[in-house]
Amino acid sequence: MADISTLNTTVAGFDAVSSRLASGPSGRKPRRMLSTRNIVLYGTLTVAALYYLLPLYVMVVTSLKGMPEVRLGNIFSPPLEITFEPWVKAWAQACTGLNCDGLSRGFWNSVRILVPSVVVSIAVASVSGYALANWRFKGAELFFSILIIGAFIPYQVMIYPIVIVLRELGIYGTLTGLVIVHTIFGMPILTLLFRNYFASLPVELFKAARIDGAGFWQIYFRIMLPMSLPIFVVAMILQVTGIWNDFLFGVVFTRPDTYPMTVQLNNIVNSVQGVKEYNVNMAATLLTGAVPLIVYFLSGRLFVRGIAAGAVKG
Amino acid sequence: MAAHAPTGRPNQLFRNLNAKIASIPMMLVALVIFLGGTIWTVFYSFTNSRLLPRLNFVGLDQYERLWASSRWIISIQNLAIYGILSLIFSLVIGFMLAALMDQKIRFENTFRTIFLYPFALSFIVTGLVWQWMLNPEFGVQSVIRSLGWTSFAFDPLYNPDIVIYGILIAALWQGTGLVMCLMLAGLRGIDEDIWKAARVDGIPMWKTYLLIIIPMMRPVFITTLVIIASGIVKVYDLVVAQTSGGPGNASEVPAKYVYDYMFQAQNLGQGFAASTMMLLTVAIIVVPWAYLEFGGRKRG
Amino acid sequence: MNIRAMAAALAATVTLPLGAAFATDLEVTHWWTSGGEAAAVGELAKAFNATGNKWVDGAIAGSGSTARPIMISRITGGDPMGATQFNHGRQAEELVQEGLMRDLTAVAEKGKWKDVIKPASLLDSCTIDGKIYCAPINIHSWQWLWLSNEAFKKAGVDVPKNWNDLVAAAPALKKAGIQPLALGGQAWQANGLFDTLTISLGGKELYEKVYVKKDAEAAGGPDMAKIFAAAAQARDMAKGSNVQDWNQATNMVLTGKAGGQIMGDWAQGEFQIAGKKAGTDYTCLPGLGLNEYLTTGGDAFYFPLLKDEEKSKAQDILAAAIVDPKTQVAFNLKKGSLPIRSDVDLAAANDCMKKGLEILGKGNIIKSVDQLVSADTQKQKEDLMSEFFANASITPEAAQKRFADLIGSAD
Repeated sequence: MADISTLNTTVAGFDAVSSRLASGPSGRKPRRMLSTRNIVLYGTLTVAALYYLLPLYVMVVTSLKGMPEVRLGNIFSPPLEITFEPWVKAWAQACTGLNCDGLSRGFWNSVRILVPSVVVSIAVASVSGYALANWRFKGAELFFSILIIGAFIPYQVMIYPIVIVLRELGIYGTLTGLVIVHTIFGMPILTLLFRNYFASLPVELFKAARIDGAGFWQIYFRIMLPMSLPIFVVAMILQVTGIWNDFLFGVVFTRPDTYPMTVQLNNIVNSVQGVKEYNVNMAATLLTGAVPLIVYFLSGRLFVRGIAAGAVKG
Repeated sequence: MAAHAPTGRPNQLFRNLNAKIASIPMMLVALVIFLGGTIWTVFYSFTNSRLLPRLNFVGLDQYERLWASSRWIISIQNLAIYGILSLIFSLVIGFMLAALMDQKIRFENTFRTIFLYPFALSFIVTGLVWQWMLNPEFGVQSVIRSLGWTSFAFDPLYNPDIVIYGILIAALWQGTGLVMCLMLAGLRGIDEDIWKAARVDGIPMWKTYLLIIIPMMRPVFITTLVIIASGIVKVYDLVVAQTSGGPGNASEVPAKYVYDYMFQAQNLGQGFAASTMMLLTVAIIVVPWAYLEFGGRKRG
Repeated sequence: MNIRAMAAALAATVTLPLGAAFATDLEVTHWWTSGGEAAAVGELAKAFNATGNKWVDGAIAGSGSTARPIMISRITGGDPMGATQFNHGRQAEELVQEGLMRDLTAVAEKGKWKDVIKPASLLDSCTIDGKIYCAPINIHSWQWLWLSNEAFKKAGVDVPKNWNDLVAAAPALKKAGIQPLALGGQAWQANGLFDTLTISLGGKELYEKVYVKKDAEAAGGPDMAKIFAAAAQARDMAKGSNVQDWNQATNMVLTGKAGGQIMGDWAQGEFQIAGKKAGTDYTCLPGLGLNEYLTTGGDAFYFPLLKDEEKSKAQDILAAAIVDPKTQVAFNLKKGSLPIRSDVDLAAANDCMKKGLEILGKGNIIKSVDQLVSADTQKQKEDLMSEFFANASITPEAAQKRFADLIGSAD
């Protein structure tokens, strides 16, 4: 292991290239503010953005109305009288059976499920993807093909086999069991994502590191990881959203004291008897979606930086 | 460690060992869960299991009943329509948005967040919101009518002929942001020099995209394709939230058939038979492709 | 595969650490989550907590189809709850056969359930191989026609006295811009409507031929053809309802946008919450005003077999508390359903509930379809009915043919 210094120089060299490319003037397009191109470009983007925002607008507006207004009015009209009652109700008062403490009840449970599940599933899948892309061994592609087909199996079908497996392992009803389930179902797509990403990195980089004498884990941690920020961000988006919004596994594989927030959301949104409180539904929806939204917002910065780092690919 | 592997394709056992150890979780999941679970499911699809799996074989009875069911046939047709359109529109819209976002625009962060945020909401919620927006009584139709165009009709969720498109609208709204994100990550992986070279050669932009950039983004497209396609096959929550399969059976999908028969009808055998058919179809399409894509090619 | 042994072994490892408390915690799962339902569950919990134990609530919304897979997975996964709701009928049959459920015969004998539970068919549904495995809690019936008095006033016709009057009034209602019949889009609603037509128009005999004897000939015969013709009429009257949930359909009646709705007695809760009065604001016609028979659907509690002795004792206590007269009154008044015993006093019941009690008292009751056929058959029927009610191009004759085939292979 005498060649670490050389390895470091190699990486540093690439860093230098990347930062030059990212910050240097590319001069691709001359910029004029009101060129036809810009009008078309921003016009299209704005129209598209409006389409994507419309339902959000409806949700926000509805969540600020009182029930009588919701029943009478048009869904697009702004609230005549703004009330935060639905938000308070969704967060702290909405009842799930006998427990009337709203979404707040499951929030920390969701966090407790989310963090280990996201970390473990991404860690396992990125290493698998890396092994598949750079360290091909006999039979690896077969396993991978099975995995890809696995992505197409409806979750519901797998409930029975998984119940049996977890029962045999003695971890049915535990957090560990749930983390494993999320890791399993995240694996096909994530492994594919990482495998393809690692495969698209310049192979010379890998070869150089090998010549420098770096091993499996060394290359993974010192070369692959630093260059893979964008794909980690994408993987995180996928997993945070999927796991946070998961209802089926959360409720089947845990017990009521560890139910995630989606159980309460489902209870608020899906109560089929009694009056449907659309304003509370919408507030609950927005509150539940807040965590993934914040993650997206924060990861946006990472995304940009990661993309700058990835600019050397090709 | 030996520092002189000349081909970059190591054969030494101890080197591969690390990779193999690291792949153990993947192998276990592939073999025990996906392969094992599938075999188990197929096995029990030949039984008349009701609420609990039981080994009481009835041959192909479940399959005969499945294909005699008009609801299953409708489900398959819907999945075909929904699948093809969803695949095309997701890829086209996602790529176009990504290409627009890649023009060194201002407010990129804002636009990206706007396009991506629907993905943060679960399908249950997406379905609810769109069910509302598409409701003829107080949604888009009533608003446009109140503006004076009184004959305007847009009620996809209550018209059996077009209900599947109503579901498609909501699905695209929810899912295209992620496709855009994946495409953007792919586009950003393209070297600037390629653009420069294309410009020097005077190749128009659309041609550069079509003939140079897209072929270079092959891995990204494959990832995206698998993500979209697997989502299509599994589509369930959205349909339940928007129409619960209605009007009538007009928007039923196979995954819902599987789930309904497994748990509502308490007929595991029937549900497993349906899911076996789904898997078989997927396997027929995916296996040859996966073999060509992942098995055949060698990488240096 | 021996589920029983594994489940039992696992139940032991999972529940032991929690069983140490003095007052025993018992987790109860159910799908009662709306305001009135939760209040009713609250009464149940109160009664149970009064015995010195603790009710741990495990509510899962979205009706039985969401909740049942979860309950079944947990029972078969070896991590069962203390008690769980199922509908009257055959939903838990196999769990019992698999030995996963607790035998309540001793509790039932002590409480003289065989004598007090009326109608006896409720207890029959709980009985497998001579042993009792569930505690029935309430009776819900489907055969109700809910009418908006305001809508008929607006259309200038008298409030119907029965289904035929409503059919006759449909053109006048349509002319006044009122939807004659409200029907939600979900499959179970069309199915329930059809079953109601079968009993109320066709009578008890026809109903029993078709669903008890599963006589395919009767199902394809002329009497049943009349029911299909009536269903086709209902289909025309319900066209344009454009709602999904049953309570949205009820809301159309409530606001006078629709003339009537065929829906179970739970619809009453909607009128009550809105402060409407039976007789003046709305009218309820049990048996559609024709054949006043009610089916006895409803809910029952099942108790998974647990290793923990303390919890098993608590299960017995809960089972006894469910059938207890005081709980029956408190629970059913809040729930709007009928009690499972006739020796309780429901003076506080409203007019519609009293009508129901009267019919119950006369013994004009029939087992519900859920009790008579398997969930599988019921689901296939739902598929057929929802298709029929949504698609006017399916003729009553074609639908009846499929129906007869279905009944012929029903179990």
